[in-house]
Amino acid sequence: MSSSTADPRLASAGPPRRPIRLSWSDERLRAIVWQILVVGIVGAIVWWLWSNTVHNLEVRRIATGFGFLSREAGLPIGESLIEYDPTHSYLRALTVGVLNTLKVAVVGVILATILGTLVGIARLSKNWLVSKLAGFYVEVIRDLPLLLQLLFWYTILQGLPGPRQALNPVEGVFLSNRGMKLPWIEWLPAHSWALVAMVAGIGATWAYARAMRKKQYADGQPRKIWPAGLALILGLPLVVWVAHGAPFTPDIPALRGFNFRGGLTVSPEYFALLLGLVTYTAGFIAEIVRAGILAVNQGQWEAAEALGLRRGEILKRIVLPQALRVIVPPMTSQYLNLTKNSSLAVAIGYQDIVSIANTTLNQTGQAIEGIAIIMLVYLTISLSISLFMNWYNARIALVER
Amino acid sequence: MKALRLSVTRALGGAALATLMAAPLAAQQPAAPAGGGAATLDAIRARGTLICGVNTGLAGFAQPDSQGVWRGFDVDYCRAVAAALWNDPTKVRYVPTTAQNRFTALQSGEVDMLSRNTTWTLSRDTSLGFDFTGINFYDGQGFMVKAAAGVRTARDLNGATICVQPGTTTEQNLTDWARANRIQFTPVVIEQLNDVVGAYVSGRCDAYTTDVSGLASTRSAQPRPQEHVILPDVISKEPLGPAVRHGDQRMADLVRWIHFGLIGAEELGITAANVAQAATSDQRPEVQRMLGRTGDLGRMLTVDNAWLVNVIRHVGNYGEVFERNLTPIGLQRGPNALWTNGGLQYSPPFR
Repeated sequence: MSSSTADPRLASAGPPRRPIRLSWSDERLRAIVWQILVVGIVGAIVWWLWSNTVHNLEVRRIATGFGFLSREAGLPIGESLIEYDPTHSYLRALTVGVLNTLKVAVVGVILATILGTLVGIARLSKNWLVSKLAGFYVEVIRDLPLLLQLLFWYTILQGLPGPRQALNPVEGVFLSNRGMKLPWIEWLPAHSWALVAMVAGIGATWAYARAMRKKQYADGQPRKIWPAGLALILGLPLVVWVAHGAPFTPDIPALRGFNFRGGLTVSPEYFALLLGLVTYTAGFIAEIVRAGILAVNQGQWEAAEALGLRRGEILKRIVLPQALRVIVPPMTSQYLNLTKNSSLAVAIGYQDIVSIANTTLNQTGQAIEGIAIIMLVYLTISLSISLFMNWYNARIALVER
Repeated sequence: MKALRLSVTRALGGAALATLMAAPLAAQQPAAPAGGGAATLDAIRARGTLICGVNTGLAGFAQPDSQGVWRGFDVDYCRAVAAALWNDPTKVRYVPTTAQNRFTALQSGEVDMLSRNTTWTLSRDTSLGFDFTGINFYDGQGFMVKAAAGVRTARDLNGATICVQPGTTTEQNLTDWARANRIQFTPVVIEQLNDVVGAYVSGRCDAYTTDVSGLASTRSAQPRPQEHVILPDVISKEPLGPAVRHGDQRMADLVRWIHFGLIGAEELGITAANVAQAATSDQRPEVQRMLGRTGDLGRMLTVDNAWLVNVIRHVGNYGEVFERNLTPIGLQRGPNALWTNGGLQYSPPFR
């Protein structure tokens, strides 16, 4: 209740304030004393831990500080989103690790949401086989430890044939124990600009749709959005690409020496980790989605049908907004879980932030700094997810009048 | 509102009490930093067992046998220290450590010493806060490939995928070597020894790289060792040896001179079989000093004067330790032969 409430009944100031008495029987004095005491004790413990650590490190002449970050790393990294070689600094190597963690977390969250939603809806299906299969999936997947599942997927992927006997299901696509090889194009600045244009197009489409909806609310006339959207999202990048001379050089993977060269690689480590995280988390998300849908009263469907709304319209305008209220808060926890579980990558050799920071702290011997970096990275990622989901939750919350 | 505030206050009070009670418990925990360089040795004596950091399982160096008894070259160094302290090589508790957690284990005082095929480097000796006590095995890094791959030398590995354990000098040597020879490779970095070997065996990698001794050990543990070839190239120097914490001078002296004692015994032909007799009847002055019949070299190390008799009786001399553990996995003495036989193992004089 804000202070600007018009209703005078709600604006009462509470009981009259009286001065604090210096007596143990004064409740407010007791509260203040306890709080000072607790804060003091916590502060003392933190100080003691800190000074004890610093003292012991000094006595053992173990190096401290973050100076190592600018030193040459010399550690090999198998896959990287940015340019990296062992002559780069530890800071660069750790950045590669953070990006690798984000690569698996972001893709994992999206895929787990899609798979989890499908399974959750399937479990509510009237089709006996579909609902039982979905139920079986959920019960098996969420009852097995994730580490076991990761090792399972990794072992399966290692069982694929070697590069010389690689499976070739589609022209240009190769599956071997070195990973999946996909045809790709030689990436030039023109493609980057086209990508930027596409992002701009999506933003413009969103703004356009918003404006059109406003008009619809004003005059009640529905308007088509998709022609303009198509032009903005696909047409704009195409124009940019052609303006740059329409460069297109296919990059088809080919077997040369030990392995395939060229093309796009999805490593077995990344694939196993992604598969494990997605299938595992989807099991939990499915139950959240199911709970969310079941939480919407059957009467809501019936009432909406009585108003003459179409089924899709009912789902979109009546059921989903109410279901999301139940779904979003536990979903946030699942996204956080998936992100943190990605640190199990160490077991199967995917070089995420934990793996690279571990190696760094081992080579420099600075364990406390290394662990601090790992904690900071996870804290930042997790708080960002929380912040975003809280914002989204507030946005979709039913406005009660 | 009042009820809520009350319960919060009570909860805070409870928390404060709990922390108050926990604080003295926590205060007893920190390992006392070394005072006068004898703290660790005193702690070991008071405890009655040596806590020795070893490999998680590397045939020939440290591995539990079918009865769960730890055996191997590195394990024998732990047993030798226990024998010197208490004339009982079984008074050791072994802590298996991975390549990554071994240093923190030693730094934090979880183990008293590290006997875990660890390479002596300048930065480990200084900024990691360790003291290496000698080189008990001269090693070098090599590559193992499948015989069917048809690879002859390491230079043929351009474009290959190479399995390596993280947090080791191996990893850095590999990148140094690749840079120097302009070789492109894809690393697969897995922490657990079993897993990294598994990845190599399953074909995820074309080659597996580690110290040649480790390759020999892994190869000997394969169902068909002849299917794997260790390439002739050795790309680095890997002097392996036990390490203790900086400031543990007494401990460092003891471990160092046990190592020299093992070598000295081999130089002088003293073995587990004849040490008892040599201790009483050998007329050579150096043998008499070493085995504690004359002088008080043992007491200078703050152990029993018969320390080396006890060590040799239980674990044998350096040659015997080598033959018992490393010859079966196919390793030659090579640079680890005595200096008198053209090798590098050499002991300073016992006087």
